[in-house]
Amino acid sequence: MNEIKPTKSIGVRKPLVDGPEKVTGKALYSADFIPSDCLVGRIFRSPVSHAEIIEVDISEAQALPGVKAVITGDETDEPYGVLPIARFEYPLARDKVRYKGEPVACVAAIDVETAQKAIDLIKFKYKKLPAYFTSQDAMKEGAVNIHDHREGNIERDVDFDLGGTDDGLAAADLIMEETYNCAEIAQVQSEPHAAIAEYDQTRDFMTVHASTQVPYYGHKMLAKTLKMEESKVRMIKPFVGGGFGCRTECLNIELICALVARAAQGTVRIIASREETFITHRGRPETDIEMKIGVKKDGTITAVDFKAIQRGGAYSGYGVVTILYAGGLMFGVYDLPAVRYRGLRVLTNTPPPGAMRGHGTTDVRYAFENLLDKIAGELNMDPIEIRRKNLLQGPKYETLNEMFINSYGLPECLDWVEKESGWKSRKGKMGPYKGLGVACAHYPSGASKPVNWTGEPHATVHLKLDWDGSITLLTGAPEIGQGSTTMATQCAAEILGLDMSRFQSLTSDSKLTPKDNGSYSSRVTYMVGNATIDAATNLKNILIEAAAKKLEVRPEDVECLGEVYRAGSQDEGLNFNEVVQAALEGTGTITVKGNYDTLPESWGTKKYRGGAISGSMAYAYAAQVVEVSIDPDTAEITVVKVWAAQDVGKALNPLAVEGQIEGSVWMGMGQAISEGTQYVNGLGITNSMLDYRVPTIVESPPIEVGIIESVDPHGPFGAKEAGETSLVAFIPALANAIADAIGVRPVDLPVTPDRLLQLMENYQKTQKAAE
Amino acid sequence: MSEKRNKTHLHCTVNGKERDDFVKDNLLLADYLREELGLTGTKIGCDGGECGCCTVLIDGVPQHACLRLAATCQEVEIETIETISEESRLSALQRGFHEKLGTQCGFCTPGMIMAAEGLLRQNSNPTVDQIRRGLASNICRCTGYIKIIESVQFAVEELNSRGKAA
Repeated sequence: MNEIKPTKSIGVRKPLVDGPEKVTGKALYSADFIPSDCLVGRIFRSPVSHAEIIEVDISEAQALPGVKAVITGDETDEPYGVLPIARFEYPLARDKVRYKGEPVACVAAIDVETAQKAIDLIKFKYKKLPAYFTSQDAMKEGAVNIHDHREGNIERDVDFDLGGTDDGLAAADLIMEETYNCAEIAQVQSEPHAAIAEYDQTRDFMTVHASTQVPYYGHKMLAKTLKMEESKVRMIKPFVGGGFGCRTECLNIELICALVARAAQGTVRIIASREETFITHRGRPETDIEMKIGVKKDGTITAVDFKAIQRGGAYSGYGVVTILYAGGLMFGVYDLPAVRYRGLRVLTNTPPPGAMRGHGTTDVRYAFENLLDKIAGELNMDPIEIRRKNLLQGPKYETLNEMFINSYGLPECLDWVEKESGWKSRKGKMGPYKGLGVACAHYPSGASKPVNWTGEPHATVHLKLDWDGSITLLTGAPEIGQGSTTMATQCAAEILGLDMSRFQSLTSDSKLTPKDNGSYSSRVTYMVGNATIDAATNLKNILIEAAAKKLEVRPEDVECLGEVYRAGSQDEGLNFNEVVQAALEGTGTITVKGNYDTLPESWGTKKYRGGAISGSMAYAYAAQVVEVSIDPDTAEITVVKVWAAQDVGKALNPLAVEGQIEGSVWMGMGQAISEGTQYVNGLGITNSMLDYRVPTIVESPPIEVGIIESVDPHGPFGAKEAGETSLVAFIPALANAIADAIGVRPVDLPVTPDRLLQLMENYQKTQKAAE
Repeated sequence: MSEKRNKTHLHCTVNGKERDDFVKDNLLLADYLREELGLTGTKIGCDGGECGCCTVLIDGVPQHACLRLAATCQEVEIETIETISEESRLSALQRGFHEKLGTQCGFCTPGMIMAAEGLLRQNSNPTVDQIRRGLASNICRCTGYIKIIESVQFAVEELNSRGKAA
């Protein structure tokens, strides 16, 4: 008799369940829905950075034949925003415009040419106001308030001092400090924003397909701005071409699309250009950092004192969370006995940034790891050793802000990169213009307190089992290319011991799938994974009960082998379809659900206001070694190789984990050496993929991935975050490698060849002067 | 609106099917394929020639469909991602991108596969550097490209072991 075993899906390299659609072109993204009666929507955008709106004259545009609707800020007086405490943005500007490119009006017409002609007929009358394009200018005394309720243009001022920082600094043998400027960057996800809204006049019902990471938030904001019942809105997230945080909040485009569709009493599609996608922004804010670290002679950190100023753009968005993350996530990587933080989120007349991959922590971690490396040099310590010296101590891994840390694979990450990169034998012996650098980072596995506190579980998953023996997984978790549907299918298949081919999935359609908060802050694997395990366990229990009844044994005597349920190894048992039939008798199609909720212990500290931000059920850890070579004449930076170790708890799908880590490292490389959104008097001058330089396949370095599995006690099969941490670690590791290669240390980001050449020339001058 | 637009009679082949269409002179090939023929596998990711998502084969050569007017495609053979599958069986390249995770969000994938298809028709055994150069016009933001290179290598191995060209 063949040995029957449950099929394993966890820890197995699995291609994406939706891969075949993607490689055949069958996958439909928002812009791919082209109903025959579809109107074209175009947005009229503000030509000025800051102004009072006197009049938006749409009469001529409305009169143009072929135009079905023209709307302005008069269409809705309901503001939107992702944070309930900061909803001050309107889909179309009212009273004031606050950045160049802000939507002012929208046209729905029969074709693109007509829509564009109508746009050209709109007359926008305004009175200019002083505009501020830097944090410093916006904070100057006498500056006009961009929002009346935000005095001095400060969106949020965060201030904490935990552990006695002055005493910590006084106890230090060495104190070093440095200031860093990190450029604003954008995600440049492959798919430009797009939405299609279908207004059903007969039923007063709105259906929206949109490129979003957060259909639930979008649904809420649609109902709010349309002033419709939430039950009268259906939000669908089709295939989405990447996110990286730019779609982690409801965007104006989907709201405008719905508003104009209702005004036109029809269906409207808006496809943003790449330029409009840049203007919509929601990337990483420009950040100025002052970092000060005190250490003992042996490298032990005594205190960290730092300040971050973020240029927050014209609206709040996630701003309050970003500036709180920048402070709170200082904790949790190292044992820090004292930390003082001052964070200022500033309103400016530039497009609003958002919650980009590595949200809040990336620039601050860069500054910290860069300075720590400099300190190691000053103390003549090995950069890996100074990091080891300051690791958190188990088994409790306590931090001053009371983080809930139960798995901490950072020591193993450091060991791995040290060994694999040949650090000990190669560091310092690389020859001129070549170097090695190291850095560490961490990132939460989802925020433990949701943005919208409703009392519902963090995640809910449904499984439907029907007469044909197939199981449909229903989840609101937005698949955006990260592989969340594959992950959830693996979790369900593993619990039931079935092959993944028995499963189908339906995701992110508010009419069919249970609500999910969305794909952001690396919450999905942890929370939706756990909810799926719960659902699958519930289903398995039902099947075991049914099998027991049929086999006339007790449920605890039934052995589930996936395709076979039996009572002991001598029993031939029932095959899966027989069990399904038994389970459906008298009850019909079975739908079970599973939930996941975070533990209150993980909700963050109450020691300072906003301490809940950065509270998470688990943190992933990364250590990275980067090898660089610098051209002595042009300062061109070549990343020769990267060794990236990340503690992901448990790699549910090693193939996907590698993909996430490689993509993170590469995206970090873009921020490190070439990317930055720039403005001249508020006008974006890098709003194309030629002017905004992301690395191509030609510069893409070889990356060796080291998966470290610390098995988190609360994670699904032990898993935690996999898609952000390694981005954070790359940037300082590269800067430290450059310092190792040329003796001079870059501070500001990006480290372009221009900047580096300047640094090298200055350095050589000072070296000569010293001789 | 519609003052009479200039149109051209376009005669070409799209995915092996002969076409006779009247197209506006300012219609981009990418829009012709997507909006007129419903071949939405070809994606548009930028405002012109920057991202490579709309790469199609024109007479076997990878080109940006967003930089070409449909009306200039007289008597040419256009191939899009929709024709690459071999009678519903994934092609070697498609299998490579699927199995080796050369696709994550999938938006750049059709263009990437068409560029790779063009490369392999020219060179059935490219080196890593040749793969990099062949795909240099195609931007992917998810993968870091390592698995894209592996996907192409997977296809090369499979095609060469089968002993026939792409």
